[in-house]
Amino acid sequence: MQIYVDNAATTRISKTAIDAMLPYMDEIYGNPSSLHSVGQRANEALSDARERVAKLLGCEAREITFTSGGSEADNQAIVSAARLGEKKGKKHIISTAFEHHAVLHTLNRLEKEGFEVTLLDVHENGMITPEQVESAIREDTCLVTIMYANNEIGSVQPIKEIGGVCKKHGVIFHTDAVQAAGHLHINVREQNIDMLSLSAHKFHGPKGVGVLYTTKGIVLTNLIEGGAQERGKRGGTENIPAIMGMTVALEEAITKIDSNSLKLAKMRDKLIAGLSKIPHSILNGDRYSRLAGNVHFCFEGIEGESLLLLLDDKGICASSGSACTSGSLDPSHVLLAIGRPHEIAHGSLRLTLSEENTDEEVEYIIKSVKEVVEYLRGISPIWNDMINGRKPFVLKG
Amino acid sequence: MALYSEKVMDHFRNPRNVGTMENADGIGEVGNAKCGDIMKIYLKIDNDIITDVKFETFGCGSAIASSSMATELIKGKPVSEALALTNRAVVEALDGLPPHKIHCSVLAEEAIKSALKDYYDKNGIAYDKKLFPDCEHCDHCCGT
Repeated sequence: MQIYVDNAATTRISKTAIDAMLPYMDEIYGNPSSLHSVGQRANEALSDARERVAKLLGCEAREITFTSGGSEADNQAIVSAARLGEKKGKKHIISTAFEHHAVLHTLNRLEKEGFEVTLLDVHENGMITPEQVESAIREDTCLVTIMYANNEIGSVQPIKEIGGVCKKHGVIFHTDAVQAAGHLHINVREQNIDMLSLSAHKFHGPKGVGVLYTTKGIVLTNLIEGGAQERGKRGGTENIPAIMGMTVALEEAITKIDSNSLKLAKMRDKLIAGLSKIPHSILNGDRYSRLAGNVHFCFEGIEGESLLLLLDDKGICASSGSACTSGSLDPSHVLLAIGRPHEIAHGSLRLTLSEENTDEEVEYIIKSVKEVVEYLRGISPIWNDMINGRKPFVLKG
Repeated sequence: MALYSEKVMDHFRNPRNVGTMENADGIGEVGNAKCGDIMKIYLKIDNDIITDVKFETFGCGSAIASSSMATELIKGKPVSEALALTNRAVVEALDGLPPHKIHCSVLAEEAIKSALKDYYDKNGIAYDKKLFPDCEHCDHCCGT
């Protein structure tokens, strides 16, 4: 038995996406830049995919750049906005403390170049307000980059309102929508979004492909120099099979958003209710402005990696956000950003659902997590100290 | 998960000597909750022999496995042998640890030393202070 609840890490590629990809590997395998018919058929497919993706996001085809995924899109968006700002002497960027590292590390690099970065406080519920953004905007602000939905704790930001504030002040607004695309309704025009990153494998598309939407008028800076692909803004032969798979997967995901959200939210709420019964535990991320498939908890007195390994033994594939799994020993920057102390942040568990999960799985997960948490607490010296009154609990019982 | 060797997974899934001990002759606790691992070792010592040992660990898979293996390596052994236990011996007995998990074995060595120091102190046994470098703080792990 295998229960996969790590869909924020990646999803299973859908059958429809695979079927959409296959012809572009063994039949229409041409290079879209070639003049012969096999190449031109690939080129037609590429144009068609670009039109379709643009329609799904509410923009024009020429505003779509295909990338290798979310990280590349984030990097290129931020670097491009920074270069444009630099030309006008604007070297201030606003972001948040709990962005993905694709954003944070790019910002770090710009800081070393002399940019100033303001990271907004995300509060205990993992939310920022448009007012916070507005009060941080300065004369020299060239970019606001705020993630649509957090990849660990699932909180969904008021993107349209934040975009509105940026528009009012003439500042470019980028959002990392990697966790949101295909899961929430997005319309870049209506939501005042200037730049948006997405990644196909988060909505049952293939890995290694994504999109950077850039509103017309913003000139991109190349990360990859090369041929004239992607209007000369990204060199390299287009990954046609992956682009076709992504396009179909995004269409499929968006068609099913409402029914899937309903199904996922029911399972999510059941998990939250069940896991909340574990004493000295806490839900991370806003309870309501939250991705339909995201459940994220901290359990006092235990460490996340042990929890994951034992859940894996029970057939449950989950994730923690805890340090130990990622090769770094620091706890999740997201949990620290919402104010969880280090010792609590170490005991985290993220369960991210897809429509493939079932109610029976949810029941089994609740039962298993309870068992494993209880077992690990039983061998934990700090739990022993707390339960015997030698040390205070941090989380309420 | 192939992150760990079979030995590590075995000791993690079925930890030996886990638990607490009434009237222990020596207790050692090292690590820091902030860094994500704490080990506590309880020793029963008779005639200079470690007749029983128990441990409690808050930490990742390799922390639990390292504690378990370390207790196995010293159980029934003279105090002098336990004192000589190195983290390297723990790593070897576990068929290796990933590089960023080596500190777990260091913690296991330190926990045992700390328990032995407690035994010496409680019994007024003289010892060379150099045997026990300050191992109360796990500053080498996450720099908090």
